[in-house]
Amino acid sequence: MVLSHGVSGSDESVHSTFASRYVRTSLPRFRMLEQSIPKEAAYQIINDELMLDGNPRLNLASFVTTWMEPECDKLIQASVNKNYVDMDEYPVTTELQNRCVNMIAHLFNAPLGDSETAVGVGTVGSSEAIMLAGLAFKRRWQNKMKTAGKPCDKPNIVTGANVQVCWEKFARYFEVELKEVKLSDGYYIMDPAKAVNLVDENTICVAAILGSTLNGEFEDVKLLNDLLTEKNAKTGWDTPIHVDAASGGFIAPFLYPELEWDFRLPLVKSINVSGHKYGLVYAGIGWCIWRSKEDLPDELIFHINYLGADQPTFTLNFSKGSSQVIAQYYQLIRLGFEGYKNIMENCHENAMVLKQGLEKTGRFNIVSKDNGVPLVAFSLKDSSRHNEFEISDFLRRFGWIVPAYTMPPDAQHVTVLRVVIREDFSRTLAERLVLDIEKVMHELDGLPARVANGDDAAAASASEREMSKQREVISLWKRAVQAKKTNGVC
Amino acid sequence: MVLSKAVSETDMSVHSTFASRYVRSSLPRYRMPENSIPKEAAYQIINDELMLDGNPRLNLASFVTTWMEPECDKLIMAAINKNYVDMDEYPVTTELQNRCVNMIAHLFHAPLGESETAVGVGTVGSSEAIMLAGLAFKRRWQNKRRAEGKPFDKPNIITGANVQVCWEKFAKYFEVELKEVKLRDGYYVMDPEKAVDMVDENTICVAAILGSTLNGEFEDVKLLNDLLEKKNSETGWETPIHVDAASGGFIAPFLYPELEWDFRLPWVKSINVSGHKYGLVYAGIGWCIWRNKEDLPEELIFHINYLGADQPTFTLNFSKGSSQVIAQYYQLIRHGFEGYRNIMENCHENAMVLKEGLEKTGRFSIVSKDEGVPLVAFSLKDRSRHDEFEISDMLRRFGWIVPAYTMPPDAQHVTVLRVVIREEFSRTLAERLVLDIEKVMYQLDALPSKLMPPTLPAPLLAATKIAVKRTELETQRSVTEAWKKFVLAKRTNGVC
Repeated sequence: MVLSHGVSGSDESVHSTFASRYVRTSLPRFRMLEQSIPKEAAYQIINDELMLDGNPRLNLASFVTTWMEPECDKLIQASVNKNYVDMDEYPVTTELQNRCVNMIAHLFNAPLGDSETAVGVGTVGSSEAIMLAGLAFKRRWQNKMKTAGKPCDKPNIVTGANVQVCWEKFARYFEVELKEVKLSDGYYIMDPAKAVNLVDENTICVAAILGSTLNGEFEDVKLLNDLLTEKNAKTGWDTPIHVDAASGGFIAPFLYPELEWDFRLPLVKSINVSGHKYGLVYAGIGWCIWRSKEDLPDELIFHINYLGADQPTFTLNFSKGSSQVIAQYYQLIRLGFEGYKNIMENCHENAMVLKQGLEKTGRFNIVSKDNGVPLVAFSLKDSSRHNEFEISDFLRRFGWIVPAYTMPPDAQHVTVLRVVIREDFSRTLAERLVLDIEKVMHELDGLPARVANGDDAAAASASEREMSKQREVISLWKRAVQAKKTNGVC
Repeated sequence: MVLSKAVSETDMSVHSTFASRYVRSSLPRYRMPENSIPKEAAYQIINDELMLDGNPRLNLASFVTTWMEPECDKLIMAAINKNYVDMDEYPVTTELQNRCVNMIAHLFHAPLGESETAVGVGTVGSSEAIMLAGLAFKRRWQNKRRAEGKPFDKPNIITGANVQVCWEKFAKYFEVELKEVKLRDGYYVMDPEKAVDMVDENTICVAAILGSTLNGEFEDVKLLNDLLEKKNSETGWETPIHVDAASGGFIAPFLYPELEWDFRLPWVKSINVSGHKYGLVYAGIGWCIWRNKEDLPEELIFHINYLGADQPTFTLNFSKGSSQVIAQYYQLIRHGFEGYRNIMENCHENAMVLKEGLEKTGRFSIVSKDEGVPLVAFSLKDRSRHDEFEISDMLRRFGWIVPAYTMPPDAQHVTVLRVVIREEFSRTLAERLVLDIEKVMYQLDALPSKLMPPTLPAPLLAATKIAVKRTELETQRSVTEAWKKFVLAKRTNGVC
């Protein structure tokens, strides 16, 4: 559409990309350039710089999908210019979202009649979903307290200290107090009994995680439901449960169908799941499902008409792409129940292969459980000379991105490495990873210990030893060179 | 990775897509199917159903970009599997975001030193950006009031009634009272004087719009700044301004560079702009820029480490795609100042072509101004027989999507049609649209009116109704008679 005026003098368009002057000049990084540059140059420059990003498929830190079938890529590309929020203009895309909501609601055993439509929404991710669910709880609780003539200015929410940061964000941004159940050594999820103890009349909900980010464990939602039912019967507070099934929501129904964690439990009023984790879609899609209409206060829903027709909406984001909604629908109908089950079973298998490989080295404790999200979290049995952060650094040189992190309170002394097994992490890769970890351990064993404690005496003696070693090496070489010296021409 | 077990017995994989049984069966719509289906079938079924969506490029309702160069499409697809939030794993992508923030901050004349980095963030759109900006204002105001020992439980924000819905969302979800300056006939933006009048000690900020959604007009931010400056010096409340430049932020610097609306005005503390509107990127990217560090309370920023390294973040969304950030950077370096200016000038030109074409028909009043966002908002001069919603409906048959909507209070009696001129709306399309609108008017003129004349008093209205009915019946009878006669005259005994 726009011819660049910057192409002056000789016709620059004949130059091949890397012959042109555009790859020679330094692009400003903080201010816009006055002139345009040819699109080929822009493409090449950006593409090349991005080569230095990590490879998404080797990013073992993330739960988020990094591979989809080419057919789905085609659908994604075709809809990249569709603004999802234009519901009136794109009725089919809107309907696809509704179908996904219903399919997922049924997956979670929402108590729906045969022709009853589910209550739910597609979001940009579980963060948005959790904020919407939290808002609904807060508003319901406020209405309830107002009717009872009680103060409603100090709402709180009970979670484990292992919650993902979005719960802390929700608490801080929406001014709800976060009451965290602390972890303990060996117990890295929320203890239902302690959680129920923390509940008071200002608690808007208790949030359980199905698939803790730290070690993949599923929290015991059933036990929480039972204990909370008991407490509710005594207090009459009606405290509900929200299940953060960001990871677990697309795993439990396929691998552990008898596990009761969803709407089968009466106190569970809303559930969020990340379409872009085990929903097997690229980053940018989450789902929030409510049990029934009553659990989503009507006053939170907006009706707008300036795009042409009435559109009810309950989201934080407005304009956004349509691609991920369409991709989610593709996955749901392409794979069906059996497809998802097969994939989750494969992931679980490969996680076991990795776990056993690591156990065989004899150097690691496995911190994750066998049941839960398919991931392997492990720490060094002996971290006196080297720690997990060094292993993580060294693995980068092989191309792997394996994060190391410390547990939240009260288990901050525990550091783990965590490998997430996604759909595209095959057994071959699992075996290669074990080999590379063994190589890294071998290298680390050959290196002097990195002193992390600031022990000056030890540091001094360590460096002294290094110096004498260096001196020895130098004198050896001197002798070798002098022995070999000749007067010949080089 | 997964071989479908549902493909049993005969090898169904040889069937061509439309020969297979998958296009014959009814796919469940509300429950997941039990079995898998082949990927080609899944692709075809979805692709075909999506044919019935509107064509994004003919969607003249939307400000959001619907066309980008193929080179950029390549970059977008290559980055589709990159989760933006993994800053440690994708440092280049993170840096591209930072460069965009700095470029846009400089575009808005943020008062930055030579090597000072800008304070800002990429978001999923202006909605998120506005919520973050609002949160920052709310927190600053609360801290200030707490320090003064005053109550801070009733914050409010002042906007015009023409604000986009995300301000109402912000107010409702974050429990801030929304004080709206009402519009009036002929004046469809926020009146700065009335706005400043409404400011009280609980006001966390005044929000001005650069590019109203309704008619594209730019609000007079400079006047607002000057009036607010005066009031602030009297009251000592230090009420700040936020500029919602969702549309205007990528127009004003190129078409109206002397217009002072941004950080050149001292009371403007934050600005949001949609990268996916006139930033010329597909849906899914916005930017929020703060004047400087003091305007963004540190307590709102989170530091996380469970993806491996310390990552400071101030967003509502966490995981999201990286494609739009990369695309925005592409556009900024690809076009530069001159490229954006050329595109905006073209948009403005084509808007004028459309406007003049509509004026020539003599049937429409133009509600939008020449200056502002390149769009044309128009209403019928004579609404007695047909209204703008009918025009909108009939234009759909030609493929165009042109929305009609009513103005907010106190101008609800005004209905407008609005055509947004985006980058790819060429002059050819503008001329064709005028022709199609003329065709629609012609068709509507021949149709009976859907509307009842509202101004007649009740008894007279009743009489008119009866009169009309009788006339219709009479007309029908006479038509029937005429045909009877005609048919009888032409009757033959020949074979049909």
